[in-house]
Amino acid sequence: MTSKHDTADQALTLADRVQADRVHTSLYTDPAIFETEMDKIFASTWVWVAHASEVPEAGSYKNTYIGRQPVIVVRDRKQKVHVLLNRCRHRAATVCEGKKGKTNSFVCPYHGWSYSLDGALRGVPHPESYADQLEKGELGLVSLRVEEYAGMLFATFKDDIEPLVDYLGPARKWMDLFMKQGGGFPIKVAGEHRFRFPGNWKIQLENTTDAYHFPLVHKSFLSSVDQQTVEMLDFVGGPGYVEELGNGHSVMVMIPQLIDLEANLDAPIPERFAELAQALRDEGYEDLEVRRIVRAVGGSGFNLNIFPNIACSMAFFRVLQPISVTETEIHHAVITMDGGPAVANQARLRMHEHFQGPMGFGTPDDSEAWERVQKGASAGKDLWIMLNRGLAGEKPTADGKVSDVSAETGMRAAYQQWKKLMTA
Amino acid sequence: MNTALITQVAAFLWQEADMLDHGEYPQWLESWTTDGLYIVPINPDETDFENTLNYACDNAAMRAKRVARLGSGESISTSPVPRTIRSVSRFRVLADDGEVVTVRCAQNLREFRKDVQKHYSADVTFELVRTAGSFLIRRKIIRLINATDTLQGIGYIL
Repeated sequence: MTSKHDTADQALTLADRVQADRVHTSLYTDPAIFETEMDKIFASTWVWVAHASEVPEAGSYKNTYIGRQPVIVVRDRKQKVHVLLNRCRHRAATVCEGKKGKTNSFVCPYHGWSYSLDGALRGVPHPESYADQLEKGELGLVSLRVEEYAGMLFATFKDDIEPLVDYLGPARKWMDLFMKQGGGFPIKVAGEHRFRFPGNWKIQLENTTDAYHFPLVHKSFLSSVDQQTVEMLDFVGGPGYVEELGNGHSVMVMIPQLIDLEANLDAPIPERFAELAQALRDEGYEDLEVRRIVRAVGGSGFNLNIFPNIACSMAFFRVLQPISVTETEIHHAVITMDGGPAVANQARLRMHEHFQGPMGFGTPDDSEAWERVQKGASAGKDLWIMLNRGLAGEKPTADGKVSDVSAETGMRAAYQQWKKLMTA
Repeated sequence: MNTALITQVAAFLWQEADMLDHGEYPQWLESWTTDGLYIVPINPDETDFENTLNYACDNAAMRAKRVARLGSGESISTSPVPRTIRSVSRFRVLADDGEVVTVRCAQNLREFRKDVQKHYSADVTFELVRTAGSFLIRRKIIRLINATDTLQGIGYIL
């Protein structure tokens, strides 16, 4: 006799594949499920596309993807941000290339159709052949619904889903807290590390609220930092927690004293920042400003995971982009203080380089672990991914549920949202 | 054209390349001036490395930490250690003020780890400080041809 969990995967419905304490391996491996995700998740909910600082001026644009669909994020002359499908309405060529830049308009390179920054079709070369029958008003670049919270820009293909602020719900207060690492200056995205790993996107989604892996996978990073930092990052088994925030969002608080970066500013400045603090004092910053800036440089003590593709992770934005069922692209965007002291921003940049990116002391080890998850998932296709850690101690809160810092509560929350969207 | 200088520079840089391919890191760390910087930029046109995000921008302390990590056995992405074979050529002296020689060259590197072979091409610019009969590295800037693309982990020293 076989138990329910030993059933061959073909017999399971999508809903069956997400249980309260586990998900089916096919969520990492089945190309048909991936295709459904592009439609039911990425084309059906709010997806993060940019931070406002990435499109700072009229004409600034960024090319990105929603699922696998190329989109342009662009600011128009009235400062309104548009998210436009990067596809000429004539015969489909992309009208904008390059990761970021500035332009006055979008002109298709194939036949020269031109569009204004808000996507409206402006000009068509040699229009006489259409004999006035071209519905120019109907043939602008397809424009998606765009909303912003705390400088974070999200877009959706759906006009009938809830407003962004409702979708974010309790995650908003964590976004507000995260933005305090501007240290009194506006937050600015100042570049990013991009890398791919041969594995499913949800493996990375899970990792953002996975404290459990940190001491093991990041042992070599921990060996490269000072003792005070080692103690700060020794959070597994500590007083931190993971809290579900609704709609698949969750937060993992690793370092509770660094939830609000403006609290307890009179606490001693950590040894590793002594030199930076002195440099700021030498530049004439007042003691409180020095403390606020130094605190901000260190980053927040939590990772906020916003379903499905963005995380506010300690000191950077983690962006996730599915490529195929077995390939995912990740961007780790560095955050600096716009107009802030150069020495402080240099410290942020060097800290980002230390852990993140293909040559960092952290990212490559994460990437190796995820790659091995995907490889291992090709064995035992009737087996399950176990997500029951911290389930026993889970308690309800005003915003959702909470459990210990290394609980898989955030992952369970994300998969429940996955199930809701996939079976809608 | 100062072929004697090219020969001297090439001999030094071939030695550096050979050290890195054969994991002779203590000697490599000693090939630097104390204020030396090892830089792998993202934007190939970047010149202000201090104020921009790079893949690596290592001073002496970070170089020592990078070397320690590679040999520590604590990092799953570098265990097993990737094998590399690099060719360095197309040397051109860009500047020589008597103390510092700035030289640009091409580097083609093959990496093999587990079951994957990768290929990285780069323009490499060195600032070499003359010492008694040899050089010390003050700057090594590795501009990967595909630096603006998505990369995978690079678990060795370029």
